[in-house]
This record gives sequence, structure tokens and C-alpha cells, in this order.
Amino acid sequence: MGELIDAVLRCLVVLGAFLTLPLLVGQMEHKAMAHMQSRVGPMAAGGFHGWAQLVADGVKFVQKESITPVAADRRVFELAPAVALVPYLVALLAIPLGPFFGQGNLIGQDLDLGLFFALAAMSVGVLGTLMGGLGSGNKYSYIGGMRVAAQLMSYELPMVLAAASIAMAAGTLSLIGIADAWEPWWLLAQLPGLVVFFVAGLAELQRPPFDAPLADAELVMGPLTEYGGMRFAMFLLAEYAGIVVLAGLTTVLFLGGWAGPWSDQLGWVWTLLKIVVVSFLVIWARVAYPRLREDQVNALAWKVLVPLALAQVLITTLVVVW
Amino acid sequence: MTFYGKGLLQGLAVTLRNLTRRSVTAHYPDVEPDLPPRSRGVIALQEENCTSCMLCARECPSWCITINSHKEVIPATTEGGRDRSQNVLDQFDIDYSICMYCSICIEVCPFDALHWSPEFAYAEGDLKDLTHDMNRLRTWMDTVPAPQALDPGAEQGKELDAYRASLPEQADGAEGG
Repeated sequence: MGELIDAVLRCLVVLGAFLTLPLLVGQMEHKAMAHMQSRVGPMAAGGFHGWAQLVADGVKFVQKESITPVAADRRVFELAPAVALVPYLVALLAIPLGPFFGQGNLIGQDLDLGLFFALAAMSVGVLGTLMGGLGSGNKYSYIGGMRVAAQLMSYELPMVLAAASIAMAAGTLSLIGIADAWEPWWLLAQLPGLVVFFVAGLAELQRPPFDAPLADAELVMGPLTEYGGMRFAMFLLAEYAGIVVLAGLTTVLFLGGWAGPWSDQLGWVWTLLKIVVVSFLVIWARVAYPRLREDQVNALAWKVLVPLALAQVLITTLVVVW
Repeated sequence: MTFYGKGLLQGLAVTLRNLTRRSVTAHYPDVEPDLPPRSRGVIALQEENCTSCMLCARECPSWCITINSHKEVIPATTEGGRDRSQNVLDQFDIDYSICMYCSICIEVCPFDALHWSPEFAYAEGDLKDLTHDMNRLRTWMDTVPAPQALDPGAEQGKELDAYRASLPEQADGAEGG
């Protein structure tokens, strides 16, 4: 009985985090991006600096009509948003938040294969966009879907290689184990891995500057063209949940997770803080850089990131063998 | 100095600098805009100055001014004098759904009957309501700002100079205008 309550409680906490953290990131994107562009962003909704903007957006999305195009592959089209969203929830289950006031590690589920599990879940999320692209019965969506597929193929490799490097250094695939084994000098030794992992993660989430699949100037909205209302809202939420998962993984793998002063008590605060900082970087990249052309996207992956990641694996191998 | 990836860093620097500075957004409905003098908001009509000469209506490129008037006779004030006649406005409409704010009517008016007012918030739910009649145009006169002062060294205008010259000798004290 106690185990059951424990499991339910963990699920509820993870679900709560899943429903609030992406919104916080979304709000941060609204405001930070606005100020970076010398605007103020939403100001009206909720009264104080537009804090309720995303809630208002949600209410609007719920009111909209749910439309399925005649040419669409109905089942695939309707399933796609769920396929895009749920994997990030699953991935969030395995990301540790660190010690909570001496109560042990705050985590949905500690897995021996945590890293493998989280990466696998993240790539399934991308399949949702791919399904949306191929199932919409729309040329723009189709081209967008093909770009998603190309991007997934290109960036999965450097991402996994970078993650493999850190797993080798720590000698475990457990996310808790990796964060515990982390040492400050890894920041330098694993720096190329960190950069590769972060950039590849951005590309996998199709965040600017890697949003060639969406590219509203050329493909309308790519795979999301035909979506509206709740289904579109789910895709949006998936994007921000993806940012949270990517930031969480980057934090736990490369930034030492809960490492910091008083980490036995406040470890979870450190983790959350680092997640926020990495999310800010994701937003910053969106504001600062223009979209990469489709060939540049793939050239960056194969000509820069893969060699870098391989070099990183080599370095880590040498360090570990010594 | 140039090095690989400099542009990437510059992009980050520019956006971060903007983040730390105040935004340039005008908070319009909450804060009234600070409009420059001579803003072209709405045209006000000083009805008494109008002689129904129709210059404005004819010069208007978009034909948005409608004028109707009749003649009234002013009886001679002195014995054996001549009766005077005067045009009195019946209708003076400006249709702001056609007006293009070119200011030609105001420049062409020989008797300063038309003026720019900086008021701009007169949107309507119905297109027809954008036609302002004489009375409404008259109310805009209250919002017309006083003309800007001339430069200190500038000629103050022939009429004013002539008026000053006609005054008795204590005129030195009265200045400006």
C-alpha cells in the first residue's frame, strides 16, 4: 500500500512539474525575447506584466474548433500531438532533481538505464512532428516532415555520442550516478561534449535557429500547418516541455545536476536554477541567431558536430583509461 | 580582431545589451503619446472665419469636404448706405473615411477657418459616423494648440508690426506675441 501511494505521489509531482515548468519557460520566452528586442511583451493579461498570458492562450485554444483536413490521414493526424507531447512527460519521469532537505533524491523513477531511457523518449517526441507532417495531406507539411526526418537523422548521432562520452567518464548510465560522479574540472574536459549536446538538442527540438522544418516564411508552419486549437496547443506545449527536458538533461549530465553549496539540503534548488539558466540560453539562441538553411543544418551536424563529438569521446577514453 | 565564431558572440552581446536597457514600447492606452507640434490628428473648423469660398472643397484631392451655404443680407447701418451680403454656412462636412490628411484644405484656406488639432482617437463602429458635421468640427477647435512661438530674432509678422507702429509711444514694454 505504501509503495502504491509513493508511486502515485511521484507521478502527480512529475505531472505537476510537467504542467508548470513548460509554462514558466514559455512566459520567460515571451518576456525575455521581448526585452531583447526592446519590446515589453505581454502586459495586459492577469494585470501584473502579463503573467497570465499563457493561461489566456490556453483558454483561447480550448475554445477553437477542432478541424481535420479531408486529405489528412485521420488516425495519424489526430494521434500526432499526443505522440509529440507524452514522450517528454515520460522523459521527465527519469530526470533527477537532487536532494530535497536531506530526504534523498527527488526523482520520478531511478533507472539503471536512465540516460538511455531519457534520450530514447526524447527522440520519440520528434516522431510526433514527423507524423503530423506526413499525415496532414499538405505539401508544406510534407516537406516540413521530410526536414524533420533529415534533422532527426543528423542530430541524433552527435547527441548520443556526446552523452556517451559523459557516461563513459562517469562509468554509469544512471542519471543520478552521472550527476554524483560529476567533478568541476569536467566542465572543461567535457566542454565540447556540452556544446555538441546542447546544439544537437536544440536541433532535435526544432528550436530556432534550427527551425527549418517549421520555417514559417517558406513552409507556412511546416508539420503544424494544418493544426489548430487544442492539437496545436499540445504541439506548443511539447516544444516547451522539450526545452525543459533538454535543459534538465544538460544540467544533470554536464553541469553537475545538484552540485553546489549546501547541496544535501538545497540540491533541488540548484538543479532547478541550472535548468532555468539553460532554458534561458535556448531562448537567447532563438533571439540572437537567424534560421539556418536546410543544407547548413545538415552540414553543421555532419561536418562539425559529429567530428567534435568523436574527438570528445576520444579524449574521454584517454582520460578514463589513464 | 577577427576570429572564428565572432559573429555568434556579437549576436549574443547585442541581444543581451538590449535586455538590460529600457524598452522603447509606447504604452499607448495607458500613457497618452507625446505628440510633436503640428501633429495632423483631426481638422477643426472655426465657423465664423469661413466665407464659404469653397477653396478647400475644390482643392481637396479626395473630395471629402461638403459645403452648403446661403446668402444673408445685412441691412445698411447708415442712412442711405448699401446693404451688405454675407455667406452663412448651412453644412460643412468632412468625411474622415476618405480624408488623407494631406493638409491642402488648411493651407489653402484664406481666412484661417481650418486648423489641425492633435486629437486622433475618433474611431467609430460605423463608417457613416466618420463624417463629422459642422458642430462636431467646431468642437475640435477646443483642442487646437496655440501656434508655436516664432524665433526671437524673426520678423513678427507685418500685421503685428503695423499694429505696434500704430500704438502710442509706450509700446516698448509690450513684447513678443
